[in-house]
Amino acid sequence: MAFAAFGSAPAPNQGTSRKSGKFVLALLLPGLVYLGLFFLTPLISLIMTSLEAPDSSGAIGAYVYAFNIQNYADVVANYLPQILRSFLYAFVATVLALLISYPLAYFIGVRMRRYPLIQRLMVTLVIAPFFISFLLRTIAWKQILSEGAPIMQWVHQMGWLSSSQYFIGTPAAVVFGLTYNFIPFMTLPLYTTLERFDLRLLEAGADLYASPAKIFRKITLPISMPGVISGTLLTFIPIAGDYVNASRDFLGSSKTSMIGNMVEADFLQNQDYPSAASLSVLLMAVILILVSVYVKKAGTEDLL
Amino acid sequence: MRRPLGLAIYSLLALVFLLIPIGYTIVFSFNDSTRANTTWEGFTLRHWANVCATGNICDAVGNSILIGAVSTLIATVLGTALAIGLVRYSFRARASVNLLLFLPMATPEVVLGAGLAAFFFNIGFAAGMTTIIIAHVMFCLSFVVVTVKARVQTLDPVLEEAGRDLYANPRQVFWKITFPLLLPGIISAALLSFALSFDDFIITYFNSGPVNTFPKFIYVAAARGVPAEANVIASAVFMLAIVIVLVTQITGAFKRRKLSA
Amino acid sequence: MSLQDARGADLELVGIRKEFPGFTAVEELDLKIPAGQFFALLGPSGCGKTTTLRMIAGLDQPTRGQIFLGGKDITETKSHDRHINTVFQSYALFPHMTVLENVAFGLRQRKVAEPLKLAAEALNLVELEHLAARRPQQLSGGQQQRVALARALVNRPSLLLLDEPLGALDLKLRRQMQIELKAIQMEVGLTFLHVTHDQEEAMDMADVVAVMNKGRIEQMGAPEKLYDRPKTAFVAKFLGQSNLFIGDVVEQNAASVSINVSGHKLTVPRARAEKHEGTIAIGVRPEKATFHEDGQPAASSDLNIVGPGEIIDIRFTGVSNQYLIDIPNLGEVTVFAQNIGKSPVTELGAKVWVSWKVEHAFGLADLPANGAK
Repeated sequence: MAFAAFGSAPAPNQGTSRKSGKFVLALLLPGLVYLGLFFLTPLISLIMTSLEAPDSSGAIGAYVYAFNIQNYADVVANYLPQILRSFLYAFVATVLALLISYPLAYFIGVRMRRYPLIQRLMVTLVIAPFFISFLLRTIAWKQILSEGAPIMQWVHQMGWLSSSQYFIGTPAAVVFGLTYNFIPFMTLPLYTTLERFDLRLLEAGADLYASPAKIFRKITLPISMPGVISGTLLTFIPIAGDYVNASRDFLGSSKTSMIGNMVEADFLQNQDYPSAASLSVLLMAVILILVSVYVKKAGTEDLL
Repeated sequence: MRRPLGLAIYSLLALVFLLIPIGYTIVFSFNDSTRANTTWEGFTLRHWANVCATGNICDAVGNSILIGAVSTLIATVLGTALAIGLVRYSFRARASVNLLLFLPMATPEVVLGAGLAAFFFNIGFAAGMTTIIIAHVMFCLSFVVVTVKARVQTLDPVLEEAGRDLYANPRQVFWKITFPLLLPGIISAALLSFALSFDDFIITYFNSGPVNTFPKFIYVAAARGVPAEANVIASAVFMLAIVIVLVTQITGAFKRRKLSA
Repeated sequence: MSLQDARGADLELVGIRKEFPGFTAVEELDLKIPAGQFFALLGPSGCGKTTTLRMIAGLDQPTRGQIFLGGKDITETKSHDRHINTVFQSYALFPHMTVLENVAFGLRQRKVAEPLKLAAEALNLVELEHLAARRPQQLSGGQQQRVALARALVNRPSLLLLDEPLGALDLKLRRQMQIELKAIQMEVGLTFLHVTHDQEEAMDMADVVAVMNKGRIEQMGAPEKLYDRPKTAFVAKFLGQSNLFIGDVVEQNAASVSINVSGHKLTVPRARAEKHEGTIAIGVRPEKATFHEDGQPAASSDLNIVGPGEIIDIRFTGVSNQYLIDIPNLGEVTVFAQNIGKSPVTELGAKVWVSWKVEHAFGLADLPANGAK
């Protein structure tokens, strides 16, 4: 054959794959090492801290590693109301945000498709709250809905709340604030899936004698499921860990404290690091379990 | 098809609802208040003319800008490299890498903040500017990857091959073809990253030590009433951001229209 | 210097093999393309032709084998160091540059003096100088195709690779571009290697066509020779249409080979048959066959006759009528009759005989995979 003329066959060339392997590594490694160092290691550090016990000196803030599982039992016993409250608030606020966002996202993504300029303006308005301080937004609601402000005067006049009842400081106010603050996180992913969604499918549905309600249930909703999933995750997770809305200086009171408030107090004020750490680990664990069950049920494998 | 007006009216109301606190914040930046900026006292430009009058607010804002700029730069470089690597090359650990990138987004801020704080505390590293920046790069990174990845996916690898075919070496291919084509995605990632960093409170609060940032300033001030100067700064940042976004959105819409025409 | 000064170089592929994880794209390829030739690599999608092209361009590395350009081994040479340019199937024009900058790109990389002037000249050659300032997205498909051609040609490569460059154009534009492309090749005298799955395009433009199938070259030669004497069943069917008959050789002498197909004796000139014994396939092009409606034609040593059969389908394609005739025990035979206004039969169900000259028959080296057609 032709090889004979050249003495021996050239060695199989694997140069490209080996080189591209090194190249990929150079691209991925810095970012991955960073996440390993400053995301994974701190999580491990947190777990270690959650197992610490006070050291022999008894000084405030001084702890040693002791594999002290008791911390977890303690935080559950001490903070059960806050834990339950966190997930209840997060659930209610997520559902409310979904109900409010879906029609809005549908309108922008489907109805406004023929007017790209208006569509983009509306998307900008949806994300506009991101550009003003999260804390100031929340304070603005606190002041708008405070006693003595026109809205609350009107509410009392209409008899929706008796004159002795306040709104700010109630669980309703906290859920209201949480819902408001995370609506854009729900609307954006919904908009993204609905905007890509092929309108001819709706026409095909109508052509096959489906009623509008049936079309929504059988076509629109299933197709927008990826948006619903990422929207609810992007909303539920930060809400469950939020402590600004529930804090006394914002929309809450001592009766609305959530897990985050307790972590902050234990870590930054009481210097009870093991308690703060076990509470955090617990929160993270519950969220991971909920997310993985939810994602498995909903069937989305690629979340990124 | 029937187009009910109800949905349009609902959507406009929903958008108005989203904008109410923004309007309130801007309006109250002109409130002639002395300490607590809670009730309307009359119009003044005093706070705009003299932003730095109150306490150390301008130091806090300066810190936030510095932190935002440095974290954005680092997160954008690391995240862009990750995004290119993830889209362009297949490798065995891909699923694990995706999970590692997804996890920081699925972790509540309070856990990220407490975790890093515990880590720095355990290794005896004092909280300050460095720890804030480390924390911000960490939580911005995943968002940069998601944003740039979307752009890399739209980039046809054949364009890079055409560059190689036309005598460009790998470095030239990257700077003359890949980078300019990814630039819009990289810019939006950087803007997002800066916005996230500038507005972050929870993670920062756990890792800032003595360093003050703008959100931290507001949080601390919230107990006794936030001064109107904070509204001035937030309003100015808001207007700047909205102008940037509007310009890119509008030019984007026009470009799209031109292409489809 | 101008484009006309350029001269192509010989390309030689020696024992090229390309394996991808899980499959082998190119089995074993030896190929020589003389300088200045318009060479077409023709085959169905997945036959390995695009992989071959990419290896020549340096975008993929062969697993084994060597590539020579102008006598120099370029197997290990990086893509950007090869004096070869490609017109990509999707054109791959840079969307962030003007048309002129696209064309000047290669010149700038090679630090050629006055890149914009040369680029403008190249645009002139493809008659697009008036669109130099536009972005590629603002151009029609045909215009983009010509920009891609100018961007490759302006570098005066030793070899120009064309990867299905006309695939995205509509039929009319494609025919027009074929003529232009051929004219430009004649004008600049470069070596062209054209990859396509369109047999008409390959036959129309190329000096030499290589038919590729399953990672191998089945047959190579001038288009008219390939058409006249396909050597394998794949070529016979891929390049135009063929009627193929399988039978055992019953008679062979210095001049001819004859087979028996269920009672019919079919003969092929010995020089036009690849195999002379055993079971072989003999074929004839549909336009070489005629049918007779008025009984069996007189037997003759230079005529193959089959029949009787029944016309089961008639298609009017304008230029010719295509008849499908079912002959019991033999199968279906296709006959093209030129539409010159005196078609003998236009009715379905008519009883006819089919004949063709022995000199038009060809004998294949292999048997069709799924029996005779």
